[in-house]
Amino acid sequence: MSLASVVIVGAGQAGFQVATSLRQAGYDGRISLIGDEPGLPYQRPPLSKAYLLGKIGATNLLFRPEKFYTEQRIELRHDRVTAIDRQNRRVLLEGGEALTYDHLVLATGAHNRPLPVPGAELDGVFGIKTMADADTLAPLAKQARNVVVIGAGFIGLEFAAVAASMGSSVHVLELGDRPMARAVSREMSELFSQAHRRWGVHLDFRQGLTRVIGDNGRVTGVETSDGRTLAADLVVFGIGVIPNVQLASEAGLDIANGIKVDANLLTSDLHISAIGDVACFPCLQNDEQPTRLESVQNAVDQGRTVAARLMGKPAPYSALPWFWTDQGDMKLQIAGLSSGYDSTVVVGSMGSAQVSVLCFRGDQLIAVESCNRPGDHMAARKILARPPQLSPTEAAATDFDLKAWEAANRD
Amino acid sequence: MPTLTLIEHNGTVHQVTGEIGQSVMQAAMFASVPGIQGDCGGACSCATCHAYVDDQWQVRMPEAESTEADMLEYAVGRRATSRLTCQLVMSEALDGLVLHLPESQY
Repeated sequence: MSLASVVIVGAGQAGFQVATSLRQAGYDGRISLIGDEPGLPYQRPPLSKAYLLGKIGATNLLFRPEKFYTEQRIELRHDRVTAIDRQNRRVLLEGGEALTYDHLVLATGAHNRPLPVPGAELDGVFGIKTMADADTLAPLAKQARNVVVIGAGFIGLEFAAVAASMGSSVHVLELGDRPMARAVSREMSELFSQAHRRWGVHLDFRQGLTRVIGDNGRVTGVETSDGRTLAADLVVFGIGVIPNVQLASEAGLDIANGIKVDANLLTSDLHISAIGDVACFPCLQNDEQPTRLESVQNAVDQGRTVAARLMGKPAPYSALPWFWTDQGDMKLQIAGLSSGYDSTVVVGSMGSAQVSVLCFRGDQLIAVESCNRPGDHMAARKILARPPQLSPTEAAATDFDLKAWEAANRD
Repeated sequence: MPTLTLIEHNGTVHQVTGEIGQSVMQAAMFASVPGIQGDCGGACSCATCHAYVDDQWQVRMPEAESTEADMLEYAVGRRATSRLTCQLVMSEALDGLVLHLPESQY
C-alpha cells in the first residue's frame, strides 16, 4: 500500500504524535495536520497545574517550535474540517478547500461536558481545556477569594490544589462519595481527601449544584443541591468530557462512546483510523471491552501504533495504560486500570503519604497506584506488562517491597 | 545562552543552544534531536528523556532529586551517569555540557 498523503484531523497530543512518528519512520509523503486552535500544537496536562502557577511559560508548553514543522514537512493548518467525503477520500475544510487523503487519522479529542445548570454562562465560570481557557483563568485565579470547584476528578482537584496554594478559600462539590472515584481505589481517594483538607480545601461529597448565581453577568455564588448558598467569585468545573464524534458520525462511521475502532485502531472504514481521547478501542487490560481512555500515554502510544501500521508494521494496540496527576506536593502515578478491582494491598504508610495501592481482581494484579513512590510506579509498569503475576498473598507479606519483587522476578 | 552537545548512540553530534531556565529535554526536542522522547512532557513521569552524562561532566552535575533518582532506577540501560533530561535545567553552570543518548529511545 503506497500512501501519498496522510491527513490528520486534530493537532493535540495524538495527532502530533502520528505526524512525528511517521516522519521518524521515514515516511516521505504529504502530512497535513489540521487543528482548530490558534498557534502551535501544545501539551495540555500543565494547563490545570504548572502553567496556571506560572511555573511553565507558554513557549514551554509547545511540543516543538515552528521550524520543526517546516523542516519535517508537516503542513500545519489552522482550520476546521466540516465533512469527510469517504467516497472520494477527501476532507472538506471550513476555509472552502478540500484535502485528499490516502489515509485519514481522526484525533479529534473531546470537549468538556458543560455544566448543566442555570447560570453556567455567567462570567467567572470555567472549564479548562485549552491554553486560551488557562490564559483567561490564570489572572482570575490569582485574585479569587472564594473558589468553587465542581467535580473532584483529576482536573478539578489539580485546580483546587493550585487555588488553595494561591490563598483562595476553596470548596469542592462532588456528586460521588469520594474523589477520583472513576480512576482510583478507595484507599487512594482517602489519601487525597486527607491531603486536600490539610491544604485547606473543603470537600463536599454527594453534593451537586442547582444553579450558579450572578450579579450583572458575573458569578457571585452557587446554590448546592441541599439548598445552601456558597459565595464564589470563581467557579471551575471538571465533570468529564464528551468525545468529538460529530465529524465521524456524519460520515457514517461506527460510533459507540467515541469513534469505534478495532484492535489495530481502524474505524469501520479501512482508510480511516481514530486515536486518542476520541477512540473507543478493545482494551487488552479491560478484558478487550470497548474502552475510551483520556490520557497522554494513550494518545502517544496509539499515535505510534497507527504510524507503524501505515509504515507496514501493523500490530494490535496493547500498551499498558498509565496516568499521572500532580496535586500540591503529591505525585500520583497509576499503572494499569483499576476498574472492577475487588481487593487491595497497601504498601508503605498512609501517614507519610508515600504509598502504593496494589489493586487485585481475584488473584490478578490489575493496577498499582503510587503516591510519591515513582520507583514503585516504574516497577509496576514492568510487572503489569508481562507475566509472572504477583499474588495478593505475596504482596500482603510484612515488609513487601514492589521494586525488590520486580527485580527478583525479572526475565 | 548555554550550549549543549548531544551525541546520538550512532555517533551523530548535535550542538544545541538553549535558554536559561529551559529543561535540557526541551532544548533538545526544540532542536529536533532524535533520541529524546519525553512522553510525559517533562513531568518526571515516564523516564523516556534519559541520557548519559559525559565522564568529564559527571562530577560537576547537580545531584538528582529523589523522584528523578527513583524513576532512573527503571530507565532502560541505566548507568551510573544516567540522568533524566527533563529535570536538568539549562544554566550558565551547565554551558558546554556533553550528553550521550541511549539507543532505546529511537
